[in-house]
Amino acid sequence: MSSDTAPALAVEELVAGYGGVIALDGVSISAGTAAITAVLGANGAGKTTLLRAVSGMIRPRRGRILLGGTDQAGRSPEHMVRAGVAHVPEGQGVIPELTVEENLRIGMMSWARDRSRADRAAALDEAYQRFRPLADRRRKLAAALSGGERQMLVIARALLARPRVLLLDEPSLGLAPRVMAQVMDLVVRLSREQRITIVLVEQNARGALAIADHGVVLNLGRVVAAADAATLAADVALRHHYLGF
Amino acid sequence: MQTFPRRLAVAVVTAAIVWFLSVRLTTFRDYQIAEVAIEVTAVAGLTVLTGLSGQISLGNGAFMAIGGYTTALLLLHLNWPFIAALVASAAVTAVAGGIVGVAAARLRGPYLAGATLMLGVALPALASAYQGIFGGDQGLNVVFTTPAFLGANFPLTRWQAWVSTVVALVTLVLLANLCYSRIGRNWRAVRDDEIAAALDGVNVAVTRVLAFVVSAVSAGLAGSLLAIVTSLVAPGAFTITLSIALLTAAVIGGLGSLPGALWGSLVIVLVPTYVTDVATSHGLSSSAGSNIPIVVYGVVLILVMLAFPQGIQGGLRRLLTLFTGPDPRARIPRDAPAHHVAPSADEAPASQHEKEGTS
Amino acid sequence: MVEFLQFTLSGVVFGMIYAAVALSLVLIWRGTRLLNYAQGGMAMFTTFVAIEVIYRTGSYWAGFVVALVAGMVLGAVCQLTIIRPTLNKPPLNAVIVTIGLLTLLEGLAGIFFGGQYRSFPAAFSVTGLKIGGTALGVSHFDVFVVVAVLATTLALAAMFRYTSAGLRMRAAAFNATIARLSGIRVARVLTVGWALAGLLGALAGVLVSPSTFLYPSSMDAIFVYGFTAAVIGGLDSPVGAVIGGLLLGLALSYAGGYLHSGANLVPLVALGILVLVLMVRPDGLFSATQVRRV
Repeated sequence: MSSDTAPALAVEELVAGYGGVIALDGVSISAGTAAITAVLGANGAGKTTLLRAVSGMIRPRRGRILLGGTDQAGRSPEHMVRAGVAHVPEGQGVIPELTVEENLRIGMMSWARDRSRADRAAALDEAYQRFRPLADRRRKLAAALSGGERQMLVIARALLARPRVLLLDEPSLGLAPRVMAQVMDLVVRLSREQRITIVLVEQNARGALAIADHGVVLNLGRVVAAADAATLAADVALRHHYLGF
Repeated sequence: MQTFPRRLAVAVVTAAIVWFLSVRLTTFRDYQIAEVAIEVTAVAGLTVLTGLSGQISLGNGAFMAIGGYTTALLLLHLNWPFIAALVASAAVTAVAGGIVGVAAARLRGPYLAGATLMLGVALPALASAYQGIFGGDQGLNVVFTTPAFLGANFPLTRWQAWVSTVVALVTLVLLANLCYSRIGRNWRAVRDDEIAAALDGVNVAVTRVLAFVVSAVSAGLAGSLLAIVTSLVAPGAFTITLSIALLTAAVIGGLGSLPGALWGSLVIVLVPTYVTDVATSHGLSSSAGSNIPIVVYGVVLILVMLAFPQGIQGGLRRLLTLFTGPDPRARIPRDAPAHHVAPSADEAPASQHEKEGTS
Repeated sequence: MVEFLQFTLSGVVFGMIYAAVALSLVLIWRGTRLLNYAQGGMAMFTTFVAIEVIYRTGSYWAGFVVALVAGMVLGAVCQLTIIRPTLNKPPLNAVIVTIGLLTLLEGLAGIFFGGQYRSFPAAFSVTGLKIGGTALGVSHFDVFVVVAVLATTLALAAMFRYTSAGLRMRAAAFNATIARLSGIRVARVLTVGWALAGLLGALAGVLVSPSTFLYPSSMDAIFVYGFTAAVIGGLDSPVGAVIGGLLLGLALSYAGGYLHSGANLVPLVALGILVLVLMVRPDGLFSATQVRRV
C-alpha cells in the first residue's frame, strides 16, 4: 500500500480519559484525505475527547494517532499545529478581548516567524476575501461579533494555520438554522476546494450526515458503527438508537 | 480521626509522650517543645481556614498579636490568673476574627491575600504607634511563674512546655470535632463550589466568617502562649514574617490537614535551628554563618513543595498506599465526572492553564 | 500649602515605584495566575549586583543597565527552574515556592554582599529643586524616577499592543488553550513574562534604593505596598497598577506627613484604603471580571 492511499488521519485503538475516568476505550477511526468524516453520538460518547487527543490537548493512555502514516500520539498542541492539524474547540473559539484582526493574526503564529511581512499580509488578505464580514469588522473587538460571525472568525483563524486536517467540534452550536446552513456550506467548500481533510463532531447528526462522506458513531467511548454517510443515514434503527432522529 | 474518643485517646498519648520528653531532655528542648506547640496551635487554625474553607490569610500573625497583647495587659495590669487571661484572649480574638471575616467576606484569592497581608503589617505597627498602652517598640514584659504546688525547683521551661502542649492538644481536638461536624462539611462545600453550596441551603457568608473566627481564636491562643513563653510581647515578635511562616507551615505540612499542622510546625521550628547549629559547629564566618541557615531554609521550602505537592501529610499518605494498596474509599466510579480534587484555596479560575472538562 | 505640594510630589515619586512593583506583579498574574512573593527579593538582589558593578567600574549607568539585564535573567531562570514544576499543582504550592525563593535570595544576598546597610547612588542630583525661592521637595533624581517608570510602562504597553510578541503574550494570558492550539509556545511566553517582570522589579530596586539604603530585606516594605497597589487597581489591569500605585503613594505621603506618629500609622492607612476599595469593588478598581454572586 503506497502512502498515497494512506488516510490523512488515522486513529488506532486509542484509549484516553481524565483522571479516573476513561472517555475513549479503544477507538479506531480513519479519515480519508480531503473527505468529510462526521463523528456522531450522544453527549459523553467521547467525541470531544477524540478531537482533543488528536490535537494534543490531552495525552492518550494507549494507541496511535497517525498523521500521514507517522505516529503523533502524545505530542503537544504546538507541535500538532505545525504538523498540519488545526482544532476548533467547542464553544470557546474567539478571544473576545482581542480584535478580529488580532484573532486572525494568532492563527498565523505557527508559521509567521519564518515568512516575510508580505506573506503574512497576503494570507490575511486572502482570509478577508473569503470572509467578507470579517473584513468589515477587522478593528472591532471579537466580543462585539454575532454568533455566526464568531464561528466564521474561528474557522478563518484555523484556516490561517494552513492545516491539512481540520477538526471541528460542534461548529453549529448555538447558531440560528440559516447561519448553521452557511457554516455547513463553508465546511463543504473547504474540503472540496482546499482539499482539507475534515473531521466534524456534531450533535446535529442529520445535518452532519447530509454533508459528510463518511460517518463514525461513538457510544460510551467505543465505535458502534462506521460506514459511508449515506449508509448510516439510511439505517433507521441506528439513527433512532444513537443519533436522535 | 473519625470519632471523638479516638481523638481524645490520641491526644492523651501525645501528652504522655511530650511529658516523657520534657522530663528527659534539656531546658532548650523544653523551649522547643513549647515553640512547636505554639506554632501548631496557630497553624492548625490557619490550615482549617485556608485548606478547608478555602480562604487564604497572610495576616494571622495579627491575631496572635491581639491574643498576646490581651494576655500581657491582663496579667500586667489586672493580675488575672493565666487561664482567665487565656479565655479572655480567645474571646477578644474571636471578635476580631469576626470583624475581619465580615470585612473579607466578599474577597477571594489574591485580593484576600493582599488584604490579610496588609493586616499583618498594619496591626503590629499599631502597637509601635501607641507607646502608652502597648509599650511601643520595647513592648511589654510578661511575668509568668510556675505554680506553687510544683515545688520551688521546678524548671520554668518545663512548665511552659506543659502548658503550651495542653493548650495545643485541646485546640487540635476541638478543631478536629469541628472539621468532622456539619460545620466542617459546610466549609468544604463552600470551598469547592460556593454557588452549589448556597443553592443547597448553606449560608455562605456565615460559614466563611465562622472559619475566620475559628482561625483567629487559634492564633489568639497561640499568641497568648507566646507571651508567657517568651516573657515579652513586642511588635517585633509579630512581624509579617511570622504570618508567612504560619502559612508556609500549613502548606508544607499538608493544607487542610491537622496532622499536617504538626509536620509543618516541626519544619519551621526545627530546620532553622538545626541548620544554624551545623553552620556554627563548622565555625563559619559570621556573615556566612548567620545567612546559610536562611538559604537552606529557603531551599528546603522549595524542594519540599516540589517533591510533595500535597504537603508532607499527602506524601505520607502516598507512602502508606505503597504498602497497603489504594484506599477503597477513594475509588472514583467510572461514570463520575472528573473533578479537581486538590483543595484550591486560591479561587482564580484556573491554576496556570485552562482546566479541561469531560466530553 | 507648600507642605501640601511637597507631600504631593513626594507621593507621586514613591507612587511610581509602587506602580513599577505593582506592574511586575500584574504581568506575572495575568500570564500565570500566580503571585510572586519573591518579586521584592529579586529586585533587591539585582540592585546588589548593580552596586557591585558600580564599585568596580565606577560607572552608575553600567550598574543600571546590568541591574535591568540581571532582572530579566533572574526572572527567566526562576520561572524555568522552580516555577514551571508548580504548573497544574494546587495554586498555593507556587506561593510557598516563591516564599522559599524570597528567603533563599535574602540569605544569598547576605552571604555574597554582606548584611550591612549599603548606600546606593542616585542617577542625578538629589538636591531639592526650587521654583522661585520655594523648595519643591523633589530633586532631579525624583523627576528621573517618574520619567523612567512612565517611559518603561509606555514602552511595555506599546510592545503589548503593536508587536507579535506582545500579541502572543496577550493571547496566552487570555486563553492559553486557544493560544497553544494556534501554535503559540505558551511555555516560552510565560518565561518571557517573568523576564519582563524581573526587569520592572530591577528598575524599582535601583530607583528606590537611594532613599531606603540597600540591605537584604530593604525591598520587603516596597513589595507589600506594591502588592497593595496592584490589588487596589485590580490584578488583571496594568492601568490599575499604575493608578493604584499613584493613589497609594499620595495617600501614604499625606498620612506620613500630616498624622501624629505618622510613620507607624502609614500601614494602617494603607489597610484602610485597601479595605475601602475592596468593599466597593472586591476585585479591585479596574478589574474587568465581574464575579457572579448568588
